[in-house]
Amino acid sequence: MSDKNIIIDIEHLSKSFGDHQVLKDISLYIRKGEFVTLLGPSGCGKTTLLRMIAGFLQPDEGTIMMEWDSKGGKTEFRDVAGIPPHQRPLNTVFQRYALFPHLDVYDNIAFGLKLQGVPKDEIDTRVRKVLKLVSMSDYEDRDVESLSGGQQQRVAIARAIVNRPKVLLLDEPLAALDLKMRQDMQIELKEMHQKLGITFIYVTHDQSEALTLSDTVVVMNEGKIQQIGTPIDIYNEPVNSFVADFIGESNILNGTMVHDRKVNFIGHDFECVDEGFGENNPVDVVIRPEDVYLGYELEGAQFSGTVKSCVFKGVHYEMYVETDSGNELQIQDYDAFEPGRTVQMLIHPDDIQVMKKERVENVIDCKVIDETHIEMFGEEFECAPISGNVESGIPAKARIQFSKVDLMDHEEEGNASGEVWFILYKGNHYHLTVKTESGEYVYVDTNDIWDKGDLVGIKILPEDITVETVDEQEK
Amino acid sequence: MSKRSNWAIPYLIFLVLFVVLPLVLIVVYALQDGNGNFTLSNVTRFFTDSDALSTFAVSVEVAIENTLICLLLGYPAAYILADKNLNKSAVTVILFILPMWINALMRTLATAELFNVFGFTLGKGTLLFGMVYDYLPFMIYPIYNVLLKMDKSYAEAASDLGATPVQVFGKVTLPLSMPGIFSGILMVFMPTVSTFAISEFLTNNKIKLFGTIIQENINSSMWNYGAALSLIMLVIIGLTTILLGGDEREVEGGTI
Amino acid sequence: MKKLFAQAYIWVLLVLLYAPIVFIAIFSFTEARTLGNWTGFSLELYKHIFTGGVNGGASLMAAIKNTLVIALVAAAFSTLLGTVSAIGIYNLKGRKKKTIQFLNNIPMINPDVITGVSLFLLFVFLHFSQGYLTVILAHISFCTPYVVLSVMPKLGQMNPNIYEAALDLGATPSLALRKVLIPQLRPGMLSGFILAFTMSLDDFAVTFFTRGTIGLETLSTYIYADARKGGLTPELRPLMTLIFTIILILLVIMNVRQAKTNKK
Repeated sequence: MSDKNIIIDIEHLSKSFGDHQVLKDISLYIRKGEFVTLLGPSGCGKTTLLRMIAGFLQPDEGTIMMEWDSKGGKTEFRDVAGIPPHQRPLNTVFQRYALFPHLDVYDNIAFGLKLQGVPKDEIDTRVRKVLKLVSMSDYEDRDVESLSGGQQQRVAIARAIVNRPKVLLLDEPLAALDLKMRQDMQIELKEMHQKLGITFIYVTHDQSEALTLSDTVVVMNEGKIQQIGTPIDIYNEPVNSFVADFIGESNILNGTMVHDRKVNFIGHDFECVDEGFGENNPVDVVIRPEDVYLGYELEGAQFSGTVKSCVFKGVHYEMYVETDSGNELQIQDYDAFEPGRTVQMLIHPDDIQVMKKERVENVIDCKVIDETHIEMFGEEFECAPISGNVESGIPAKARIQFSKVDLMDHEEEGNASGEVWFILYKGNHYHLTVKTESGEYVYVDTNDIWDKGDLVGIKILPEDITVETVDEQEK
Repeated sequence: MSKRSNWAIPYLIFLVLFVVLPLVLIVVYALQDGNGNFTLSNVTRFFTDSDALSTFAVSVEVAIENTLICLLLGYPAAYILADKNLNKSAVTVILFILPMWINALMRTLATAELFNVFGFTLGKGTLLFGMVYDYLPFMIYPIYNVLLKMDKSYAEAASDLGATPVQVFGKVTLPLSMPGIFSGILMVFMPTVSTFAISEFLTNNKIKLFGTIIQENINSSMWNYGAALSLIMLVIIGLTTILLGGDEREVEGGTI
Repeated sequence: MKKLFAQAYIWVLLVLLYAPIVFIAIFSFTEARTLGNWTGFSLELYKHIFTGGVNGGASLMAAIKNTLVIALVAAAFSTLLGTVSAIGIYNLKGRKKKTIQFLNNIPMINPDVITGVSLFLLFVFLHFSQGYLTVILAHISFCTPYVVLSVMPKLGQMNPNIYEAALDLGATPSLALRKVLIPQLRPGMLSGFILAFTMSLDDFAVTFFTRGTIGLETLSTYIYADARKGGLTPELRPLMTLIFTIILILLVIMNVRQAKTNKK
């Protein structure tokens, strides 16, 4: 490894449980002394990744290289697959603390040191020192079950760091605490990190926690890394709509890149700072609610709208405004604006984040049955007549526009069935991700309001399914 | 729901009548002679009766041996059954629990018959074997339950802190399974000390246990002495329960 | 591999545990009087269960009948008493609660010999003639605690607001009890009943001391008297096999249903 600063290097890691793939080709590296957060919704694979680093799980594919102090005093890089947890130079802070109920606070913390054969007075010194660090000095002889959640958390942290690990792994350690406690602990954790100087790998689903604590954030979803960057990068320049939606509040809208530094959305052209998206190409645009300026009369206003609602949120007002083009924007401002009144708004070029669209239409793997029928999502669909080589059983791709997929209340009303998986509001419509019963994803634009988890029937008119056989594509 | 606490009153009366009063009567009869006069002679008689004392000693000895063997054989069994990696079958667990539900006398008789058929002479060895056979499931079940419910993250935390698998067991799993062990000991030791019919069958009456002499005395209308012996057994039971924390006892066979 | 060793250990134990039972079961299908003699396949012994036993005075069938009747009656009463009492105890606090819980635990901790002797003395003291009634009373006294212990957790798990919600919606207290409380407790009552039934079926010592001298036999006392006369009478072999099979089937059914509800 050329960069002497890297302490863990993960390459092409994959893991499946049964036929569910939890991690898909994950690669990242972690620098010494960093506070890295793995951030994502439940099920994204972040805890699985952490547990693999800790040694409680083995990868199916890929390597985890760690800096290793070998016996000669030399440092080398080693693939830790197959090395059990008790031999790895890391320690974990578990989500529900896992403090040993049959030992008191002192013995819990001393546990690892005793196993290493550290002499008694050294154990004493180190345990006391670490207790002081977590502000639990008077609690040595206490029974761990008598401690509050926050206190147990500190003991768990103390127990881990007293062993002077190279890397500290934290698995959603603050999840079980109430809000105030969590915020206080976040500050303490940050201070601890700065004081100790060891590498922290932190797992959480709370994006504000990740932004507060981290040097680097790794955003994950569905087993893949979505984006790696500093909190500021992730917040200001999300690379796709998932990250934009997951981090902070945002307005995500369909737009068209007119040319470099000019984008069109919500019915108007705006100057922006992004380049390289081509000309007249569809893009996604992200605007943070606090970045829209409004006023009853605003100098330099670019567009206008009507205030729909205004709610006091303590620090600011949260408003929903319907623009002159019929899009709904979420806006935050320190001033209140009356519902029903017309307001003028503007957005600075810096505050417009343009993102590549991950897709512009559905492209789905299917199998040809005959000239007008295909097998898709495990069911038979009638489609528009197929040109080219029509042989039963050959693979093909079906192209369907988002707005042409109909969702029905009852599964039997459609040709296939599925579950609403993810909902993205795009200002004037919803962009849904629907997971079919066959495990595939289809994307739908609709004005209907659905809930995550709703079971739906999927119906598509034949004329809206355009099928291309493989050789047609290669032309 | 406040007035519903009154619903416990009938039961209180019932318990006093059918639980407290009978026990009081044991004490009363133990401290009386045949004419109703207060006396300690029944109790002292026990301490001077060498037969009774040796029976008592044998009973305690057998109970301790039985409990130890059940523990040594049963803990590994419970551990294996509770470990998802080593045992994936729920049926195996059921097979271990099943004997508990068959009449104990029947099981003991079956064992004794088997010894007969194979020509083993009935004596101390067969007694112990038969006892272990009878009581092993009662040791396995509470330990299995505790191990099953144990939070896996304790073992992971210990491993994370540097403990080898052997150390994880010795320093974390074993101490945390103590409640199950105590439950098991309670469910094995006490019945063994107080049993009477089982020892008759398994040793062809060669070895008598404490329960047997109680039964003999009661049956031959030596109620006072029988009560005194029962009182002594009660004291032993009481002491053992206090030592092992009787409140933790799980209801055997509760919900499977 | 570790797994192989573990499996082997379990199977060795199981073989030892079931050897006597299987042995008896095999020899229940033959007519030979002496155990170990195989005189050919026969269901004679099974028929004998129904036509009478060897013990003078009471036939095997009568003993079985008594056992079942006593168990059913005792379990039914215990369930009733136990449920009512559990509700009462649940609403007690502090020392009163601890006292009655302690008393409730005594029959479970006491060895059966002591329970038997103490109840014997009780009935003597009260000049109760010993027979069916005393046996049933005795069984109720040691079965009820198990019912209480089965129902109490259900009370603890229950949302306390459910009862109040029923009242709020217009139910009278007794209606709320019947329609809301009892259904919640039903699983606990059922497992309590089954436990009480089992405890009663299995009992020997308590029945032995409280049945008096009228010749009342339950299965356990029948076997005891029988065995003292000289070992396992042949009829007991098919009986044991039948009991074993029934319990096995019941346990399997119970666990299959558990597994199904767990999967939902």
